[in-house]
This record gives sequence, C-alpha cells and structure tokens, in this order.
Amino acid sequence: MTSILPTNLSIRHLLLETLTAFAVAAVIFCPIVGIHLNGYDFDLGHLKLALGLALGIAITRLVLALFLNTGVGARLAQHIMDRRQAPVAVAPTTRRLWAHVFVVLVLIGAVAFPFMAKKYFITVLILALIYVLLGLGLNIVVGLAGLLDLGFVAFYAIGAYTLALGHQYLGWGFWQSLPAAAALAALFGCILGFPVLRMHGDYLAITTLGFGEIIRLVLTNWVDFTGGPNGVSAPKPTLFGIEFTRRARYGGTPFHEYFGGEYNSEALYIFTYLLLLITVCIVVYINHRLKRMPVGRAWEALREDEIACRSLGLNHVLVKLSAFTLGAGIGGVAGVFFAGYQGFVNPTSFTFFESALILAVVVLGGLGSTRGVIIAALALTILPEALRQFADFRVLAFGGAMVFMMIWRPRGIIRPVRPSFSTIEANHAG
Amino acid sequence: MTTPLLDINGISAFYGPIQALRTVSLHIDTGEIVAIIGANGAGKSTLLMSIFGHPRISGGEIRYNNVDISGTPTHRIAAMGLALVPEGRRVFPAMTVAENLLMGATPVNDRSGDADLDRVYQLFPLLKERRKQRAGTLSGGEQQMLAIGRGMMSRPTLLLLDEPSLGLAPIIVQRIFQTLRDIADSGVTICLVEQNANHALRLADRAYVLVNGDIKMTGSGSELLGNPDIRRAYLAGA
Ligand SMILES: Nc1ncnc2c1ncn2[C@@H]1O[C@H](COP(=O)(O)OP(=O)(O)OP(=O)(O)O)[C@@H](O)[C@H]1O
Ligand SMILES: [Mg+2]
Repeated sequence: MTSILPTNLSIRHLLLETLTAFAVAAVIFCPIVGIHLNGYDFDLGHLKLALGLALGIAITRLVLALFLNTGVGARLAQHIMDRRQAPVAVAPTTRRLWAHVFVVLVLIGAVAFPFMAKKYFITVLILALIYVLLGLGLNIVVGLAGLLDLGFVAFYAIGAYTLALGHQYLGWGFWQSLPAAAALAALFGCILGFPVLRMHGDYLAITTLGFGEIIRLVLTNWVDFTGGPNGVSAPKPTLFGIEFTRRARYGGTPFHEYFGGEYNSEALYIFTYLLLLITVCIVVYINHRLKRMPVGRAWEALREDEIACRSLGLNHVLVKLSAFTLGAGIGGVAGVFFAGYQGFVNPTSFTFFESALILAVVVLGGLGSTRGVIIAALALTILPEALRQFADFRVLAFGGAMVFMMIWRPRGIIRPVRPSFSTIEANHAG
Repeated sequence: MTTPLLDINGISAFYGPIQALRTVSLHIDTGEIVAIIGANGAGKSTLLMSIFGHPRISGGEIRYNNVDISGTPTHRIAAMGLALVPEGRRVFPAMTVAENLLMGATPVNDRSGDADLDRVYQLFPLLKERRKQRAGTLSGGEQQMLAIGRGMMSRPTLLLLDEPSLGLAPIIVQRIFQTLRDIADSGVTICLVEQNANHALRLADRAYVLVNGDIKMTGSGSELLGNPDIRRAYLAGA
C-alpha cells in the first residue's frame, strides 16, 4: 500500500498519482456520463461534466494524499489498513455486559420499528431481513466451511417454489411449506454436495454456478409444472388460521374480523416482518451454537488443511455435506418468506446476480462473521433503496465497494471473532 | 514368531506415471522405534501417507494388527490407533494451541480430552504456557511440538512421524528426540522418517534405508550408524 501511504512526501510521486487518478477517472466517466445516445448519433455534450468529475476525483486524491501525510492521517490510515489483522480472532471467554445490553436494545428497536414506520419502510426491511437469512445461510457454506458456492440462489428458488407449488398442487399453506422447504432445499444441498466434495476452489465455484443456473432453467422451461416465466402465485403467511388479507382466501378468518376493527393493509407486513425477525434470531442462535460445537471446529480445520484433518480422523464427507445441507436449508426458509411476502414467484428473481449479491453480503460482512453478515445484508439492501435515483449505478457501486474492501479490510467489515471451542481450556487456566 | 504391529508387504504407489514406491516391504513390532531414512524424493513421505490411504497403494498389502487396512478410508485409520505427524507439521494456524490439540482428539470422541491434554502438556510443558496462542504464530520448533502433541491426543498405539527435525536447530531437535524417547518408554510404538540420519539412527532400534522408492538396506540403528556407505551418503559432516 505504499502508493497510498507515501512514507515521505515526494512532489513528483504526488503529481504522478494525481494524474493517474485523473486519467483513470476520465476513462471511466467519459463513456458512462459523457456520451449520450441520441437516436443513431452520439451526443458528446456531457463530456465537460465527465471531465469535471474526473478532475474532482483527482483533486480529492491529492487532498487525501496530503492528509495522509499529516500525523493524524497517517495514524488513521494505519488503523484502517491494518492488514496484519489475524484471520480469525478468538473471543475471550468472559463475556462483556455491554454486548448483551446492545443486543437487547437492537432487538427492542427492531420489534418496535414496524409499529412506527410507514409500510414502505417495512417492506424494505422485510427484504433486508430476507437477505440477512440468505447471508447467514451462505455464510455457513462459504464463511465457515470455506466452500465457494456461486449457485446459492438455487436453494432460495427451491424454497420459494415449494411454497408456491405446494399451495397450487397440495393445498399447503405457509406453515406446512416452511419445514418442507427447509427439508427440500437441504436435500438438494446434499445432492449437490456429493459430486462437488472432491472439488476445490475454481472447480467448486463453477459447478455450483452451473447448479444454480440449472435450477433456474428448469423452473423457466418446465412450463406445465412451474408455470414457466409466467410464475405462480404463493399464499401469504397466516397466524393460527387468521389471515391478514381483506377477505379470507385460505379458509381462515381475516385478522380484522377476528379482532374487530378496521382492515389494515399494513398488518400483513408487520406480521411478516415480525415472523422474519424471529426466524433470523433463531438462525443467528443456531449459527452461534454451531461455531462452538465440534462441527464448527471441524469446518474451520477442514478449511485450513484437508489432508491433516483426514489423517486426524475427520470424516471430510460428513463435515462438508453438513455445511452444504444446513446452508441450503436456511436458503430454503428465506425462499419461503420471499414468496410469501411477494405473493408470487417467477424465475427472474433467481438469476446469477442474486447469487452474486448474497456472496457480496458474505464477503463484505467478513467471511464467517455473523454480525458482519447482518450489517452487510442490511447495508446492501437498504442503501440501494435510499439511493433510488442512482439505481443504474448500483452494480458499479458494488464493484467499487468490493475493490475498496479488498484493499482496506480484506477480512470484511467485521473481523470474524469466534468463541473459543472448548471449556477445557478454561480449566487449565491455572 | 509373533505377528508384527504393522506389516507392509510389497506395496507400490504411483503419482500418475511416476512410481514413488517399488514393492516396499517392512515391518514394525510392538514397542519398537523404527527409523526410515532416505534422501529427498526417496518416497519416505509417500510411504507414511500411503499407510493412511493417501495415495492408495496399487499392489501389496498393509496389515495393522493383522487386519488389511490398505482399503480403509483415511479418516477411519486414526481411530484404529495410528497417528500421523505430517511433514511440515501442518498445524491449524488460526486455531489456538489448545484447539489444535483438541482436533487431535477427534478419533477418541469420548470427551475425556482433559486427561489427554494434561498428558500432552506434561510431555511439552511449553505448549501449556502457549495454550491460548494461535498456532500460526508459534516458532517452528513449537509447531513441531504441537504437531506431535496433536498426534498424541488420540492415544495412539503407533505414532508415525514425518521428518520431525525438519528445519529445526540442533538443540531443539535433541529436545524433541528426547521427548520421542519418553513417548516410546510410555509404551507407544514409533516409526519415524528422517533425513537427519544421525539423530534418527541413534534413537532407533531398527532402521530401513529407502532409495528411489526401494528398501536398500536394513539393520539395527547402531549397525547402520557404523556402516561406511551410510556414513558417506547420509552422515556427511556429522
Ligand atoms: N502429489 C504428488 N504428485 C506427484 N508426484 C509426487 C507427489 N508427491 C510426491 N511425488 C513424487 O514422489 C516422489 C517421492 O516423494 P516423497 O514426498 O515421498 O519424497 P520424500 O522422501 O518424502 O522426500 P523429502 O525428504 O524431500 O520429503 C518424488 O519423486 C516426488 O516428486
Ligand atoms: Mg517427505
């Protein structure tokens, strides 16, 4: 990182850096901002704006370099870019009180939120929580077990279609589908797991990528069964037979009739949100436990050295399959929530971009860190909503964010901290 | 004649077209310390690893306690009482010392890790001091101790070590070999592979010389130590 952190100020170096920044920015912005298509012609009228932007970036770069040369800046940079941070930190066995307080406060806020917010914000947060679930699921596979899965969206799709098709063909409601989807997705995770057990790195990534696409293509082309590109409608979640729609659709009683009072279109969303929140809490707890259990230790060991593990008597087949299966099951649950919330599914929701987004959540969050995954999932779903007018640049921004992350915090926003595996160590304290 | 603890009978092993072992036969009796010495690329590591089914042998048989284990899955072998301390130690760098040791207890999943830890900490008191340190930050010698300790966690009958002296200062090597002697005295059979013939032959009851995937010579440790050919080939300068 010497280019960003010059040890002593060199004017030539500085100018060169600034010029480079300008050139790179110009190359990027001129085609994006500067050229507009006007019928069959190009309209080059915005080139000035593009060059202006590039100039702005170059100046920012210069100011940044100067700032980093001051004592305060240097220390700040040192702090942010500490690459020697350990891959995984082991948490002290003694818990800190404020951490508990913080968790409780966040939970209270999360529960109170839907009763104060507008419907729009609730829907945004529902989607965000669905991504939290997806992120937590993929985190088991990629973050904990170290298996790069680029087709995770397949399990999400399987969950969503289980709800929709289960309703259409078997008359299932939300609650029957939830365990069924988890089981079915887990089964598919297992099926995918077997052939890819011997694969590593690139090969594993490509195969899982293919698997994701196969599922999507089947859903698209098996028109008789899945409705193809037209999709299928999916039932909404209910509470012990009480429905949250204006009129009963699945043979229950609508909420507002049951309790009396006006029909409130927000009730369904509030209910879905709270249900999701509970599910996320359960999954977080499961994650938390897994990390302490022998299987969590085995995932980490296997990620580091497979041969050593096998000679130590670790059954790598079981260990890897368990990661695939668990992760897939959680993806399936997320799919059910997605389908129930939308009331409709079709294959366009399950493209590779979705897999990439989920992977981005896991990587940005810091492979293996539960807190990081939650923060990243919330950020990656809420920020694009907040910046709707820049929606076109979303992918560009993701790319940029990824690059910066890899430079600044290659281990993710939050450095994974895992609990110590054993209580035995504590016994040996003396 | 009693049956040997480990009986390797005419095994061959290939990496693609390369033959790394050429019908190797050797045996290890209960309570022995056996050394296998050979130059770089002689096939020493391949020999040890093939006992663990990685690579699988393509001829001959490996009998342990009179059971053919040449087809047993790698992860089952540790549970049969064999432990491998691999070349280059291969500790888990992100885990603490204690966690590494507990990984070694995988084959004996009866949760009595406490007693096993105590035993290992007695063998290597230094590991106890460093039990909360991440293994990746240990020195080479400490990592070797950890790798041996990890192997001992499964209470092995037969401990296999691949070049425990690799890259270590003579004083550390001496200490580690002393500990190996203690381990052997506690009733564990030991087979170690070494380039460091001097130390290995002094420790070993019997030894084999592996050349190009073939056993070229065998004898007691002191016999081989006195053999002029061996002295020239493996003990130059020692
Ligand atoms: N995974 C592999 N793929 C292909 N060839 C291999 C592999 N492992 C070892 N070999 C080859 O097998 C032969 C024996 O290697 P081996 O590692 O057993 O030697 P060694 O006696 O342990 O050597 P050293 O003392 O350097 O560790 C060598 O020629 C080596 O190139
Ligand atoms: Mg070797």
